[in-house]
Amino acid sequence: MPTFSELKKKLKQDFSHLESIRVALLGDTATPFLAQALRGTGFDRGFNLRIWEADFNQIERQVVDHESELYTFDPQVIIIFHSSHKLLLHYNKQKPEDYAALAGNRLELISRLCTTIEGRLRSTIIYYNYTEINDTVFGNYANKTEASFLFQLRKLNYELMQYAAGHPNFYLCDLSTVQNQFGKLNMFHPSVYVNSDMVLSIDALPAVAATTLDLVGAFVGRIRKCVVLDMDNTIWGGVIGDDGIENIQLGTLGIGKAFTEFQYWIKKLKYRGIILAVASKNTESVVLDAFDRHPDMVLTKEDIAIFRVNWDNKVDNIRQIQATLNIGFDSMVFLDDNPFERNMVREAIPAITVPELPEDPADYLEYLYTLNLFETGAISDEDRERTKLYQTQALRDSEMEKYSNEDDFLAGMNMLSDVESFNSFNTPRVAQLSQRSNQFNLRTVRYTEAEIGKLAGSSDIFTFSFTLEDKYGDNGIICVVILKKETDETLFIDSWLMSCRVLKRGMENFTLNTLVALAKEKGFRFLKGEYRQTAKNEMVSKHYPGLGFQPAGDFWTLDLDGYETRKTHINLK
Amino acid sequence: MDKAEILKKVNDVFVDVLDNDKIVLKNETTANDVEDWDSLHHIQLVVAIEKQFKIRFASREIQSWKNIGEMIDSISAKIN
Repeated sequence: MPTFSELKKKLKQDFSHLESIRVALLGDTATPFLAQALRGTGFDRGFNLRIWEADFNQIERQVVDHESELYTFDPQVIIIFHSSHKLLLHYNKQKPEDYAALAGNRLELISRLCTTIEGRLRSTIIYYNYTEINDTVFGNYANKTEASFLFQLRKLNYELMQYAAGHPNFYLCDLSTVQNQFGKLNMFHPSVYVNSDMVLSIDALPAVAATTLDLVGAFVGRIRKCVVLDMDNTIWGGVIGDDGIENIQLGTLGIGKAFTEFQYWIKKLKYRGIILAVASKNTESVVLDAFDRHPDMVLTKEDIAIFRVNWDNKVDNIRQIQATLNIGFDSMVFLDDNPFERNMVREAIPAITVPELPEDPADYLEYLYTLNLFETGAISDEDRERTKLYQTQALRDSEMEKYSNEDDFLAGMNMLSDVESFNSFNTPRVAQLSQRSNQFNLRTVRYTEAEIGKLAGSSDIFTFSFTLEDKYGDNGIICVVILKKETDETLFIDSWLMSCRVLKRGMENFTLNTLVALAKEKGFRFLKGEYRQTAKNEMVSKHYPGLGFQPAGDFWTLDLDGYETRKTHINLK
Repeated sequence: MDKAEILKKVNDVFVDVLDNDKIVLKNETTANDVEDWDSLHHIQLVVAIEKQFKIRFASREIQSWKNIGEMIDSISAKIN
């Protein structure tokens, strides 16, 4: 991780070509160094964070005053930093009979601030949770004493998680975890605090900025979706081809405990929705045999979406995995104990994340914990089913190879699509698609869950979520469209995005037929679309002309008079 | 370590933190003489010097120095 001094030097770089994000930073302690660390870290991540920093200790005034600079600035992200030190000062000033109300009162304040912000801005809120301070007034007895500061602080952190769980736009950034990793003595520098009123030590700033930027990145779809695993000395100890299945270190054999615990971690990632793939230089049957027969294997064959076990080089294998999954290299992580393989992959595929695994397998997990690789802005039911989705995709691919023409293949798929407006059931997945879709996304307007909820209530806006199922299984919601009335004649396609899982299935035609039917029913004459170029959506640059739209300046229009229903093998469910 | 050596190391820290290789500190140098040496950079300089010499200043010391010479005296007292 860079030092604060290194981050500061980055502030002199040219930020103009980077993705710009407006961030408001409000703290009850001095935050200029934090602001610099955030901007410097943002540069490394490809963001031009335009940070507006509130004057010292102005959180409430900025939020409550509707004319304040905060609202003029109109931030996309608001970071609120209430420090534990100021909370302690506040506690100290209370009458003893009020001590036990500290957490409740603070939560009420936070909730009030957030409700006010939500009523006026579309911002996503990041709130730092509280780092632990034990004033030792009650000794260990503090844990049995509701009026102790420690009791109130931990209660507040817990209640904040409950609050965050119920408020889609409110995210906690876990400062407490950073302090656990750093140790309080390194996180807090008393003489700096006394002299400058800054509560984060200079050494801790890069770590705080990094975890904050992890969240900001997740908001704009920078998330990792897939882990590619090596086998020998990565998920088990030893070289299976040489040592034999009975001698690989797993479970109680040798240092097997380290690998077993590592596998449990990988398994939890899979449950959470991370796709697992294997790239290993081995004889395939030997590796699969270990999955089938080794009693201490935690991972099963069903956990792995794709096996690439052969003697080809790993770069080629990883490229194959990427092509099958149809995801960006920047959303992939490659775990391999061998520095040579790691460097080769890093050099050939710069976008992929390749953690520098420690030499001792016992250190793997603790090291990986510090990297926080799997940040996310939302979790949906679909995440948990993802591995199955990709496995059925592999089945479809092999079926398709049997057909000489695509049309016959699609006709035999028995495809059905369920079309709905946004509602409380589909909102989480719709928001997730809006946050994550980068490639098949015409305008890349990001909507949060709360914003999706608001759209559903507007009479000038028409919303669509499409599912797609076929004889192999249900893909769930894979396409989202938002139409906005522009004039009495024209509906503007504000959003059209689709999961790349269902490319080349005729879904675009089915979608357009659906949109045209609705537009005609509501008495509109034109559909108007726009392609906004990003670094990732080249694949849809010809989307509108391909569907028969005519160019009109920077836009594309479709005259609904004389529209001929487009051919599709998808039927309405 | 004698004070001339300390001064040289402190100079290096200033050059690095303020990102300015034209800085030449003398004992009489004050914050007014060095571009960018404001209260915010002062904190960063102090922490970097603490790290360089593996020492910690007392809170009171940090605000007490009138010039570089006095800062060097503080450092010298701690490491010698």
